Amino acid sequence: MLADALLAPFADFAFMRRALAAVIALSLGGGPIGVFLMLRRMSLVGDAMAHAILPGAAIGFLLSGLNLFAMTTGGLIAGFAVAILSGVVARSTGLKEDASLASFYLTSLALGVTIVSIKGTNVDLLHVLFGNILALDDQTLLLVAINATITLVVLAVIYRPLVIESVDPLFLRTVSRAGAPAHLLFLVLIVVNLVSGFQALGTLLSVGLMILPASIARFWSRDITPMICIAAASAIVSGYVGLVVSFQTRIPSGPAIILVAATLYGFSVLFGRNGGVVRQLFPAPHLEA
Amino acid sequence: MAPQLQFRNVTLGYDRHPAVHHLSGDVGAGALLAVIGPNGAGKSTLLRGIAGILKPLSGAIDLCGLDHRDIAYLPQIAEIDRSFPISAFDFVSTGLWRSTGLFGGLDLKARGRIVAAIAAVGLNGFENRPIGTLSGGQMQRLLFARVLLQDARLIVLDEPLNAIDAKTSKDLLALIERWHGEGRTVLVALHDLDMVRTNFPDTLLLARGPVAWGPTKEALTAENLMVAMRMCEAFDDHAAACADDVATRAA
Repeated sequence: MLADALLAPFADFAFMRRALAAVIALSLGGGPIGVFLMLRRMSLVGDAMAHAILPGAAIGFLLSGLNLFAMTTGGLIAGFAVAILSGVVARSTGLKEDASLASFYLTSLALGVTIVSIKGTNVDLLHVLFGNILALDDQTLLLVAINATITLVVLAVIYRPLVIESVDPLFLRTVSRAGAPAHLLFLVLIVVNLVSGFQALGTLLSVGLMILPASIARFWSRDITPMICIAAASAIVSGYVGLVVSFQTRIPSGPAIILVAATLYGFSVLFGRNGGVVRQLFPAPHLEA
Repeated sequence: MAPQLQFRNVTLGYDRHPAVHHLSGDVGAGALLAVIGPNGAGKSTLLRGIAGILKPLSGAIDLCGLDHRDIAYLPQIAEIDRSFPISAFDFVSTGLWRSTGLFGGLDLKARGRIVAAIAAVGLNGFENRPIGTLSGGQMQRLLFARVLLQDARLIVLDEPLNAIDAKTSKDLLALIERWHGEGRTVLVALHDLDMVRTNFPDTLLLARGPVAWGPTKEALTAENLMVAMRMCEAFDDHAAACADDVATRAA
């Protein structure tokens, strides 16, 4: 009976299998990216970038309807344009980088919604804002999988400089020139993963499968390698449970996935091994040395 | 003594504002040089220039055939994100970057060297501790372990003994002494004048420009220290005037 509820949706329906595959791919790519976003104190940058890609995707939508390739390309272009423009404004004026980025992404979000509503219906707008992981076609699934693969390969290449640049940037600059390119590639990976997430979870939630799992992982490990594994694993679990819940209850899939992740997060805040609330309220006896 | 480092009328700074102004001179190979001066005198800036982190605004720093990456640079502890989840062992192992690079693995011999370096600074048993759990003194020891691994001919230490207790200072000074004995060139930014007088044969007294440079006894006179203090303050006045200038033009 229980096995039926947990497995039957995937055995019976191809769209559920595709959704599960997509959410696993998203988790494998987004988990590690989220951990680095968190450790580099860029969690909100990820959120801002997620909004920033909207007008690009919307223009793609305007030109060729719900065509994935066009929307992805547009999203990539818009994401980079906002990242670069806000950087330029922050450096050439007195405005701080966060304020500058906020101005740009709010403009982007408004622009994007406007563009979508010019041509599309409210259904299209909902699709863009919240995605629809249950409606993924094979082509989209392939794109999400390719993006996840690219993410893992590139991350493997830039892993060392990215870690050292986060801990001790000055030291890295004395031993290697890889720091700046690594940071730039990392920004590209953020946008690539947001575009993937955009298809499944929409602009407003796509960053959720990166940041929530990373925050969960922080409560369970003090070393970056297990942290990345925990983040990816908890993202996969959230995805799977979220899909089952969504299938059985008719809660929309995107919010269901994020809410499951949020539940895991709440549990971690309470019972986490590192800095969890319960541990702090009822500490184990202190050690000899 | 052949020079290891030559400053040729070098000016270093940020956004066109000089922090080290027109410095010229040679540091001999194997020298042990203390770089001292008031806050804002340009000590860290000079060391960053040597390490290749900062490009000179004008003039040049000649490393006499050495590559930037063959310099062991120890940054100020405040520049390090100690909340990052990395173990002491992994942190120290970055000292082998020159041989491992982006992908190289650590073989048994390299691991042995890392453990030995950690032991040499008295941190045996701390290998698996996250760096966030180390005290200030222990973190400083860890940074010295990384410098040990880098095995560099030119070593540049930026205020390595700030807020460090007497015992740790003594241990770390012994390491500096050892590097000096091995013929390496060592530059150290410091604040403690007594420590400089007892441990460092040569001193560069910096206040944006060089105030005195030579044997410690001759460089560290009361008059020179007074001049250094005044030079820094004078330059601050000048900087304020420049800002005023911009403001009037904007208005």
